[in-house]
Amino acid sequence: MADRPTGGEVRVSGFSSQQTTERDLWKVRRRVGMVFQDFRLLPGRSALENVALVLEVTGTRRKAILPKANRLLDQVGLSTKVGALVEELSGGERQRVAIARALANDPYILLADEPTGNLDDRATRGILDLFWDINATGMVVLMATHDLELIRRYPDARLLELDQGKLVYDSATADVETP
Amino acid sequence: MYAMREAIAAFHRAPVLIGLSSGMVGLALFVVGLFSLATYNLQIALTAIEARVEVVVYLRDDTRQSEIDHLLGELAAYPEVSRVNYVSKRDALERAQRELPEFGQLFLESEVNPLPQSLEVELRPGNRTPDVVERIAGGVRNYTFVEDALYGEEWVDRLFALRRIGFASTAVLGAAFALVAALIIGTALRIAIFARRDEIYIMRLVGARNGFIRRPFILEGAMAGLAGGLLAIGLTYGTYRGVYAYLFEVAWIPAGWVGMGLVAGALFGAASSGVAIRRHLREV
Repeated sequence: MADRPTGGEVRVSGFSSQQTTERDLWKVRRRVGMVFQDFRLLPGRSALENVALVLEVTGTRRKAILPKANRLLDQVGLSTKVGALVEELSGGERQRVAIARALANDPYILLADEPTGNLDDRATRGILDLFWDINATGMVVLMATHDLELIRRYPDARLLELDQGKLVYDSATADVETP
Repeated sequence: MYAMREAIAAFHRAPVLIGLSSGMVGLALFVVGLFSLATYNLQIALTAIEARVEVVVYLRDDTRQSEIDHLLGELAAYPEVSRVNYVSKRDALERAQRELPEFGQLFLESEVNPLPQSLEVELRPGNRTPDVVERIAGGVRNYTFVEDALYGEEWVDRLFALRRIGFASTAVLGAAFALVAALIIGTALRIAIFARRDEIYIMRLVGARNGFIRRPFILEGAMAGLAGGLLAIGLTYGTYRGVYAYLFEVAWIPAGWVGMGLVAGALFGAASSGVAIRRHLREV
């Protein structure tokens, strides 16, 4: 998504990393929502502008951009902070903006790479609860974390454990080595 | 619309950076402006000298009026000729007395008017070339009543050699200055693009197509180029006023050149920014 794999193949929603050219990569990116540990929001812009950017990028009708961006921010619990600049938001709030932005494309899957790594415990719980709510709407949420204790708070979540790039545990089948 | 909004917003978000880019563009184009000022004034000087290029056809004293009229008609038929003046022996003497007062007494004491009657052939601008004057002079020399046809052969050759040198140096130096300006503009805009690499990265990540990412930067480049062009014109004008007031009389470049300078600034800015952002997108 951000970088090309040096080996193997990544398949996302019908796209293969081996067959998708650099020129067509934007099609894949629009089907996958991404959330990062360091938020990767645009500084100097408001929460609303950060979310609206995705909608502008993807060619959403101008009239529909602001209502949808507002709705997404409302969905992540930031309806009172839409006009706040990124710099004025707390870590948890920034991550919520990043999640709203990731949802803007109505992706098939939401990828979150250590999304709580920079957050305190309260904010972490809030973000995970939000992911859980998003998952309840039918969207796949795939979150990478090193914090197993955190995951154990959500016993219904499917847990996949990787070791040296190899799958060593899958809670859905539990037929791989137990961690 | 988005591209225009973003390009304008970039000026608000990073005024120092954009200001520096515009300043560098302005200084690069200032050099081009100074060169244009020098070239234009050199061109004026050469044109003024060139305007004096004419063919003088000296006629024998016994030339009949019908022959003079025939030759007048022949010369006027040349498309390169703008006017033919007949100067009689008497006119020639009066002019000599007027223009050469040091020989006034000599002309008065002389019983015979030694000056020949002549036809002065003036040429249209753009036709005062060695080829044309040589062809016209060569053509009239065939008439038996023509004593000689002169046009200052050596002088015309030197003038046109000077013109050719001027043209070649203008083309080479102009291209070199334009290239240097393009490189400086490109570097300035690359710095501006590099400062916004995170923004570009994020835009790509959320699914922006390269064209979508490029457009605001190209517009921003055009605007920085335009601002730089305005700065360059201001600096060039200041220099012109200074030279005019304290050194010597010079002419200001025509409005068309100023307009072309602004358009060139905007195009340079857009093209340099386009190349820089294209390269950046390939690298990230």
